[in-house]
Amino acid sequence: MLEIKNISKTFNPGTVNEKTALSGLSLTLADGDFATIVGSNGAGKSTLFNAIAGDFYTDEGSIFLAGEDLTYLPAYRRSRRIGRLFQDPMRGTAPHMTIEENLALAYLRTAKHQKAFFSRVGKKDKDFFRDQLAKLDMGLEDRMRQPVGLLSGGQRQALTLLMATMVPPKLLLLDEHTAALDPGTADKVLKLTREIVEEDGITCLMITHNMKNALELGNRTLMMDNGRIVLDIGGEERKGLTVDDLLSRFRAGAGKALDNDRILLS
Amino acid sequence: MLTIIQTALEAGFLYAPIALALFLSFSILNIADMTTDGAFVLGASVSAVCCVAGHPILALPAAMLATAAAGFITAFLQTKLGVPSILAGIVTNIGLYSINLMVMGTSNLSLFQKASIYTLAKDAGFGGSWYKLVVTALLVLVVCVLLVLFLGTRLGLSIRATGDNADMVRASSINPTFTITVGLCVANAMTGLSGAMVAQYNTFSDINSGTGMVVLALAALVIGETLIGKGSMVRRVVGVILGSIIYRFIYAAALRANVPSDYMKLVSAIIVGVAIAAPTVRRWAAFQAKKRKALAARKGEH
Repeated sequence: MLEIKNISKTFNPGTVNEKTALSGLSLTLADGDFATIVGSNGAGKSTLFNAIAGDFYTDEGSIFLAGEDLTYLPAYRRSRRIGRLFQDPMRGTAPHMTIEENLALAYLRTAKHQKAFFSRVGKKDKDFFRDQLAKLDMGLEDRMRQPVGLLSGGQRQALTLLMATMVPPKLLLLDEHTAALDPGTADKVLKLTREIVEEDGITCLMITHNMKNALELGNRTLMMDNGRIVLDIGGEERKGLTVDDLLSRFRAGAGKALDNDRILLS
Repeated sequence: MLTIIQTALEAGFLYAPIALALFLSFSILNIADMTTDGAFVLGASVSAVCCVAGHPILALPAAMLATAAAGFITAFLQTKLGVPSILAGIVTNIGLYSINLMVMGTSNLSLFQKASIYTLAKDAGFGGSWYKLVVTALLVLVVCVLLVLFLGTRLGLSIRATGDNADMVRASSINPTFTITVGLCVANAMTGLSGAMVAQYNTFSDINSGTGMVVLALAALVIGETLIGKGSMVRRVVGVILGSIIYRFIYAAALRANVPSDYMKLVSAIIVGVAIAAPTVRRWAAFQAKKRKALAARKGEH
């Protein structure tokens, strides 16, 4: 499904601020793979997501998704196939537009409507939105005409998740999407994520600082350090692995301890 | 008195499309489009030239096409060439001055005894003695309905999202270059329609008639948004039209109070300045009051 070959990215080359964020990273995800990514701050996790989503073009290497070359496609073209959630719940929705309008925007971006600039959402679509919102179990289905700005962070993040997956994307990128939520809401959004991803068999990458989540969710765990993937655990090997095992495996792989308070404390 | 009301209503509707244009560019897309002044004159000039050639109805779409092209230039400068958005509008605006002279071939083109949409309506007995108001209001109504419908389409929603959350737009499949371009083209087409109607209404087009138009329209927009507030698109669009009419009544009242018409631009500037500054001033005043109270209470403790 996703095939990343040997991508590199250096920011501010030739200056004192030169920073190699990705160095020769390769990664292949099979159809339906759900991989969690852990690593220290500055390991290049978010940079990897930005590279896949097209926020910048990589210096070297290639990115293929479902057989299509994304390497030089602009971000807005890639996002037809890639759903994305950020840590900040405010980033995924338009606050002054209603829940219904936000969903319509997400819904109308599908291939079927891509050239239909003047298509509108009809009664049938609205019923569909209502059913989808009911699945979130947050009472949003009765507030469809309210502006999204009135919702709480957790509700906005759940709505963003729905918008990103209502039309199943080829790849879902989750960048610590529950980190800014309170523990109860975070659990709820995480549960929804698991349900939606499993139900539609969406290929998914999730960055997390919660080692427990990293081992429990999905079928693969990746560890990143210095712009590379230093550890890739899946299958039988991953079952029964504890957080301590993971930390010691990281030490062996990266040649240093994981220096991140947020990880060690969680 | 009736004449004053009639004139104010006519002017309110004549200039309403510019307020709608700013509603789209300024309120929705969050871009201060300085193309407006030049686009207004371009609309008037194209309309006047078409009328001289005997095509008063064709003049309206022609003017809108021409001004949409001007909006395209502004959008191209800011989305593709990295010119800051306000500067892009100013650059286009200055360029349009020469273009407008080229279009008219003179600095003031008279339509004296030429057919216009208004003479056509009058000759057909359409709208009785209110024919000017009826024709203008009908055209504006059509524009309003089309605008509201447009803002509910996929493209319209994308344009609204572009101005509402840039982060979201970048991560969704919306191409901001495209939405900004379409938004500015549509906005300027509306400005052009206003210019086209005003030229036929006044039976002349003047190279300097657009000066300060962006601020006058902004005043109408701000009045409308302050009085009607935010809500559904229909409500907001109606608010803009009402704002434009109310502004023209203020204008008429000021003229009747013997304020020289030259001073009206100052009045408009003050309305816009005060209205836009109001929330900030209110916050500042509330904070000062709170601070004074807290300091006074502290003094009592010691």
